[in-house]
Amino acid sequence: MYDHILIRYGELSLKGKNQKSFVRQLVRNIQDKIKNYNGEKVFLDIEKGRIYLKLNGQAPEKFYEPLSKVFGIFSFSPARKVQLKIEAIQKVALEELNSLQVQPRTFRSTVRRPNKRFPVTSPEAQKLIGSYILKNTENLQVDLHHPDVEIFVEIRDDAAYIYTNKIQGLGGLPLGTGGKAVLLLSGGIDSPVAGWLTMKRGIIVEALHFYSYPYTSERAKEKVLDLARILTQYTDQINVHIVPFTKIQEAISANCYESLWITIMRRFMFRIAEKIAEKRKALALVTGESLGQVASQTVESMYAINHVIHTPVIRPLVTMDKEEIMDLARRIQTYDISIRPYEDCCTVFLPKEPKTKPKIEVCEKEEAKLDIDNLVDDAVKNTEIIKIKAKEKDAFGYF
Amino acid sequence: MLYLDNSATTSIHPEVRKIICDVLEKHFGNPSSLHKKGVEAEKLLNKSREIVAQSLQVNPQEIIFTSGGTEGDNLAVKGVALQYHKRGRHIITSQIEHPAVKESCRQLEELGFEVTYLGVDKYGFIAPEDLLQSIRPDTILVSIMHVNNEVGSIQPIAKIGDFLKKHHKIFFHVDAVQGFAKVPLKVKEWGIDLLTISGHKIHGPKGVGALYVKDGIKIVPLLAGGGQEAGIRSGTENVPGIVGLAKSCQIAREIFVGNSKKMLDLRKQCISMIKDKLPEAIINGPECGEVSPYILNLSVPRLKGEVLVHALEKEGIYVSTGSACSSKKNITSPVLDAMGIDQETKLGSIRVSFTYETSLEDIKMFVNNLVKIVGQLINKR
Repeated sequence: MYDHILIRYGELSLKGKNQKSFVRQLVRNIQDKIKNYNGEKVFLDIEKGRIYLKLNGQAPEKFYEPLSKVFGIFSFSPARKVQLKIEAIQKVALEELNSLQVQPRTFRSTVRRPNKRFPVTSPEAQKLIGSYILKNTENLQVDLHHPDVEIFVEIRDDAAYIYTNKIQGLGGLPLGTGGKAVLLLSGGIDSPVAGWLTMKRGIIVEALHFYSYPYTSERAKEKVLDLARILTQYTDQINVHIVPFTKIQEAISANCYESLWITIMRRFMFRIAEKIAEKRKALALVTGESLGQVASQTVESMYAINHVIHTPVIRPLVTMDKEEIMDLARRIQTYDISIRPYEDCCTVFLPKEPKTKPKIEVCEKEEAKLDIDNLVDDAVKNTEIIKIKAKEKDAFGYF
Repeated sequence: MLYLDNSATTSIHPEVRKIICDVLEKHFGNPSSLHKKGVEAEKLLNKSREIVAQSLQVNPQEIIFTSGGTEGDNLAVKGVALQYHKRGRHIITSQIEHPAVKESCRQLEELGFEVTYLGVDKYGFIAPEDLLQSIRPDTILVSIMHVNNEVGSIQPIAKIGDFLKKHHKIFFHVDAVQGFAKVPLKVKEWGIDLLTISGHKIHGPKGVGALYVKDGIKIVPLLAGGGQEAGIRSGTENVPGIVGLAKSCQIAREIFVGNSKKMLDLRKQCISMIKDKLPEAIINGPECGEVSPYILNLSVPRLKGEVLVHALEKEGIYVSTGSACSSKKNITSPVLDAMGIDQETKLGSIRVSFTYETSLEDIKMFVNNLVKIVGQLINKR
């Protein structure tokens, strides 16, 4: 029976002196994730590049789903812990093989021996395990190159671990090791993917939505909250800032050249996002922009829009094709929500011919007609924060 | 009063009733409306869909809300047949299905479909091998009930599903109205493509149910209109009913699943008491094994079921003859017919159906009254 899950954190092993704090964060994140699964406390083994989750009699399967939602886990394996004796290792390796649902025709054993005090070297141990299995089974052959099943044995200081199944994790870095950023979340396909990719690099994300009621509906807001809810599968809470944006859009459309509406609107969005980022101690903005996708996402537009702020803007999708983005959106299950057909703030005040190469001077001249500071401060002041939690009780209290 | 007709319908659970009243009062919006009132109702609808999906361990988008078991069965059988009639026009079902399935098949026969009605053994079980032999190249649908509503036999759904996994082009519908929440059901694992459930059999409201339609399967809607329920079931959603259904699904998990051992024991005790005190009585359907703990069908020779029902009613005990849907007509039950039961036994059959609240005292009271009544009635002759 499996008594442990062995968790690998790959890339983290490269992080030199910071590694300790990275691993500690990862352990905290795993603990948070599995606390609702009656899991036993996980304990960590930093120098050896592994985290072990002790199962205490529980089925390993129920941890697969939560573990596959934790950034920073490279892969994991349900494993059997054995005492450091070659006879015991042989016996349990055979047990592991016999417990497989589909019986293999060929196998090999692969031994790693970080514990050099263990008297049997890896190649010798492989031979001993392989011959023991051959002796005690029928119709099974060794195939070193393309085996049906590979039995892994890791010989550690305190014990050996035996497993055959390696389950891919998400990779990336533990959430919380990379500071905080503010994600401009529109409700479209791109921005939630951008948010997810940023989180994957360890950055905590707060979402920002520009709400143009009554031009957009309650449902457009719900959609954004639902998207944020999907992202909470990877963290425990996401704050969504709902910025009232109607006044600004009306002011722009009443006063500025139509072809610059989008550019100026996005300049306002960046200004507001930067202010909110400052308030929330976030050091970057995240957008779902992808080069050339629409008029406001040309290099010229990005330049003109970016010009109004100093905060770095992370654009994880910048060079991706729409198809690639859509694939990712489907994988993280935001796609179906994103394609709900409600207007968002970007589609309401859509000029007939938006500028693809806006000039900063012209933007500035046009914006001079508006009371920029007041409009921005007003929007920031009236922003509502909605906390979306991973495990949310239903709002009506019925269930 | 002792209500032992829980396969006809169940009382509404107090918590479910309370929530339905609350929704009726506060959340009357139309889920399709753009405004807040509509969004509210839509949220309730979505949450309910999640809960129902969870209880079947399927995805929320695979749940279509209906008006109940009959609509679910009709929609599944006719919806699949009409959608995929170009692939083939042969359907396999059984002689013991609920009329909602059987009559739907009859309607399809009028349209040129061919239907194989599988027989059952004397305990009310279909043989998966028979089904396998009935499969033809033009078979498009197999519709088999999970728990028979009259005798409680549990059909070998897992095995049938397993057989059908080799036939990718045949859809598998299961009428789970009587079994849902009461006996183990594994929709995905058993390879079920469509599955009907109903609210009022699990202490939920009447007039609401759900049809599970596996992702990727298209069906022709029976109701054309505003395109609600992903276009498969138009009509403004019965929000209070749907919330009630979801709540009853949630409660059912607690009240039925935890209770199944106790109920199996009770049913066993009921049978042994009857055999002990009324040796001439005949149990129709399985006595043990693959049987619902909640259904018991029996006959007393020389007495008509109808007479027994009314005599028990006088004592405040409610049971039924055969199934409620056919009990008003003066014909014998097609289920018992299919089981090859003789005419006298058929006419004498009553169905006693339990629920999670049924206690050993209730069972004793029922048996004692039955014995008393039988004594009186036979002596009068």
